[in-house]
Amino acid sequence: MTDLRQLYQEVILDHNRKPRNFGSILGANRHAEGHNPLCGDHIKLSMSILNDKIDSIAFEGEGCAICKASASMMTGVVKGKAVQEADMLVEEFRGMATGTLDPDHQDNHLGKLKVFAGVKDLPSRVKCAILPWHTLHAALHSEFSVSTEGDADPAGDHA
Amino acid sequence: MRVEQLNTATINFDQIRSDFPILGLQVSGKPLVYLDNAASSQMPKSVIDRIVRYQNEEHSNIHRAVHYLSELATREFEAARVKVQRFMNAAESREIIFTRGTTEAINLVMHGYGRAFIGKGDEIILSSLEHHANIVPWQMLAEENGAVLRVIPVNDAGELLIDRFEALFNERTKFLALSHVSNALGTINPVKEMTAFAHGHGVPVLLDGAQAAPHQILDMQDLDCDFYAFSGHKMCGPTGIGVLYGKAHMLEKMQPFMGGGDMILSVTFEKTTYNVIPAKFEAGTPPIMAAIALGAAIDYLNGIGMGNIAAYEHELLGYATARISAMPGVRIIGTARNKAAVISFEIKGVHPHDVGTILNSEGIAIRTGHHCAQPVMQRFCVPATARASFAFYNTKQEIDKLVAGIRKVQEMFS
Repeated sequence: MTDLRQLYQEVILDHNRKPRNFGSILGANRHAEGHNPLCGDHIKLSMSILNDKIDSIAFEGEGCAICKASASMMTGVVKGKAVQEADMLVEEFRGMATGTLDPDHQDNHLGKLKVFAGVKDLPSRVKCAILPWHTLHAALHSEFSVSTEGDADPAGDHA
Repeated sequence: MRVEQLNTATINFDQIRSDFPILGLQVSGKPLVYLDNAASSQMPKSVIDRIVRYQNEEHSNIHRAVHYLSELATREFEAARVKVQRFMNAAESREIIFTRGTTEAINLVMHGYGRAFIGKGDEIILSSLEHHANIVPWQMLAEENGAVLRVIPVNDAGELLIDRFEALFNERTKFLALSHVSNALGTINPVKEMTAFAHGHGVPVLLDGAQAAPHQILDMQDLDCDFYAFSGHKMCGPTGIGVLYGKAHMLEKMQPFMGGGDMILSVTFEKTTYNVIPAKFEAGTPPIMAAIALGAAIDYLNGIGMGNIAAYEHELLGYATARISAMPGVRIIGTARNKAAVISFEIKGVHPHDVGTILNSEGIAIRTGHHCAQPVMQRFCVPATARASFAFYNTKQEIDKLVAGIRKVQEMFS
């Protein structure tokens, strides 16, 4: 239960209850949709990139607490960041969630996103946490739709 | 049935738990509470022992060689077929086809019967309670040959609308494919009456019995369906074995599903003559061990009595329904009058996957998701549900733990 309490920390439950940046961006120049067909999680991301920087970003959709909180915190963290920095965070988050990056002992820029470190011990939930990041990656690189199943599986072999 | 009811009192269902080694497991530091029986049931020691004995002392390929082991394995494999026949009261053992599971059995009928006897513009009736395994094969047939799918709607309780069902029939109706018990909601459909109605229109009927076979007395003579499919692993047997029952005259006029060894009488490069049933539908080496283990599972279930199992599970369902429906913020989805021991539910404000993860931390195994029945989820406007499904080795104490677990979820998310 301790592990689980760690994962479902107050911060995650709070973002689940009151997701930040929920909605869509008017005049967005990047969109992507991500879905996890196994559990029905579905995220729509819209953002506006100006001068290679994420000027504004919002998400909407349906999902479990982990997916929604992950999307909510992600949008807060990457807003204002350069595309390159966001790409790096996508990699680091993915590493943390799949257990290839130990956020307490290896260099990273995850900061408060470390509350999601516990998902690595719940293989069936890794995809919930990664889906928003996978969708962000798609939006940054102009793929319109991604799924957690198939070749583009964001969790790779680990999930 | 009266005799079976009398027996209930003499069976100690708590004692039965010690027959299942896995039920002694600790999960997340707590005793396992296994409530995912609709997905797969657990295996009693007698079946595990039967598998070990087969592998240690009896294994060989069947229907081929003249040596001791091959004859022994063949005898045991065919004995399992007879056990299945008696279990479901089929008229003859050759009406029992061993498959990998329910899904393969339905696909076999789609290929062997559907492709030969259902054509362009012909209509296949399904229900909106079907598992994907009884939707997708028929959709594939429809895409291939222009057949049309018609769907029986349900009411808010999850019961099929029988007048709407009857209104679907016309001269183009060629097949009815229907679940006996809904895996997502637990609804027991009135399949005997629906089969009789379909037959009145000359329409053959396939029943998906995956969720019925483990929980009630099966009687093919009484149901009178043309095909019936179920899986071994949901009824204390291993994975990789299932059954297709088909009336002999239906199986005989069907095309083979797969070609290969065992399903032939003679092969030349000019022409192959197919074997008689059931061999015609059992190409290649079958899952011999799994079939024999299914026979052992049937022996085990018969030892308790399917009538007793049905009565005890009904009692569990009543208890669980009363306790869960009394919880504020919890909604049971599927409230049919006639239900198997399955409870699909949602907790207000909590996604089912979070419910599943938190219950797991209490050692409680339930299924969360769409249960391979997405049309059912769409009908009830939910992305997914949490589902507790019971077996005869579950107890009221375990249901109490489920209720406490649900409270814990609500506290965490409050």
